[in-house]
Amino acid sequence: MQEDWQPSCNLEFLRLRAQLVHGIRCFFLERGVLEVETPLLGHGIGTDPQLAFFTTEYCSLPLQQRLFLQTSPEFAMKRLLAAGSGSIYQICKAFRNGESGRFHNPEFTLLEWYRVGFTLPELMDEVDELFATLVAGHQLQAAQRISYQAVFHQYTGLNPLQFCHQDYCAYAMANGLPEAVALCGENHLLWLDVIFSHKIQPQLGANGLCMVYGYPACQPSLARASANNPHTVDRVELFMNGIELGNGYYELADAAEQERRFNKEIQIRQEQNLAPVIKDRRLLAALVSGLPDCAGIAIGLDRLLMVLGPAATINETLSFAIDRA
Amino acid sequence: MAVYSTSEFRSGLKVMIDNDPCAIIENEFVKPGKGQAFNRVKIRNLKTGRVIERTFKSGESLEGADVVDVEMQYLYNDGEFRHFMVQDTFEQYQADPKIVGDAALWLKDQDFCFVTLWNDAPLAVTPANFVELEIIETDPGVRGDTSGGGGKPAKLTTGAVVRVPLFVQQGETIKVDTRTGEYISRVKE
Repeated sequence: MQEDWQPSCNLEFLRLRAQLVHGIRCFFLERGVLEVETPLLGHGIGTDPQLAFFTTEYCSLPLQQRLFLQTSPEFAMKRLLAAGSGSIYQICKAFRNGESGRFHNPEFTLLEWYRVGFTLPELMDEVDELFATLVAGHQLQAAQRISYQAVFHQYTGLNPLQFCHQDYCAYAMANGLPEAVALCGENHLLWLDVIFSHKIQPQLGANGLCMVYGYPACQPSLARASANNPHTVDRVELFMNGIELGNGYYELADAAEQERRFNKEIQIRQEQNLAPVIKDRRLLAALVSGLPDCAGIAIGLDRLLMVLGPAATINETLSFAIDRA
Repeated sequence: MAVYSTSEFRSGLKVMIDNDPCAIIENEFVKPGKGQAFNRVKIRNLKTGRVIERTFKSGESLEGADVVDVEMQYLYNDGEFRHFMVQDTFEQYQADPKIVGDAALWLKDQDFCFVTLWNDAPLAVTPANFVELEIIETDPGVRGDTSGGGGKPAKLTTGAVVRVPLFVQQGETIKVDTRTGEYISRVKE
């Protein structure tokens, strides 16, 4: 029988992965950041309309409940922070339905950590230090930090914080993206996604870490509004060799604002006929009880392995990718 | 005709785009961690042969194109059209020079080739990977040369010109790779 029982990756990647995870644990042990575990299976799930989730049936007779596979451990980890855990990190699986491709597997591995008392720039310093340890041996450029607005302007000449339909259309027509005009219409958010992912991201972080910060406030996130510019939020994204590696925030701690964002996203889900979700009351209660000021970030370890390997596809870094899982 | 969603776009799938039949070459899933998912698709327009890239929102769909590749025998050229026949059914098709295109350089009477049909009408013609054709014109070879370092142009019965080793003579039949237009070997009659 011709069954594809063999691993998706070559065995060298198993070793590379083990080394990476060991390096991460040493790094945080030295810094006194506590390793934690939170459930993969939970009652609540994020409301982000752009994330599709897996549901499961939990049979605990006479009750039958719908549980979700976590799209990220963020909510559970924030509840630990609110309970007084102090700085924590976790290496775990996350699940996103329908995401499959060169850079995506529906089940993937995240490193997520939260630093109590850190601001976003301080967290970026720590990311820089972590990468310096993990990629020691690779000759890399020094990490680059640039604001979303500056990098957007640098590569396109456009202002991402102010939507000018005419300018955006002219840019798309002149730069091989004519379909964007019909695809995006008057939707500023969609325009930013198309232009950033097609024209900017591929050029970021050539042989080094690139940290883009100060994202437009119109994009969904759990970040705080920037103190110095209400049109942006304190959010950072990591890129290396054009691959998106991570996403971090100066964490939103305001329960009322969090609930407003949940409601807005639930409404969008209804308008777009997406699977219904209920907002995570336990997270809201934790925020009401008080989330300490903290910054947190999640990094995709499979993608990081793609960069370190290097590997052309995420499948080459996985023991068994979804097609043979 | 069936409708295909972006997640079903596989290499080789034939779909309609801007009213033209197209073949999917490559489909890349692009999704920012926080943001809209797209499929960046590389497509060949089967009418023009041009390859373009086009981005779709994930979940969008396209109508399938009724396009099939059928093996046929090339019959003859009537001056205006070239005629082809399906061997099993004796069904005949005619194609004008615009559709036959460069394949004309490799079509010899009675040879087999692939005709791409769109809604049962020829859209393109692909010659066999290897064809055997007679040389009708080439400079006399240099005696003693057996390796063919350098080579010379040779004109074939179909009008195609290929580079052949110096020892190959007019009137001989040669085997050619139609994908590269390169000489492979001499063919013993």
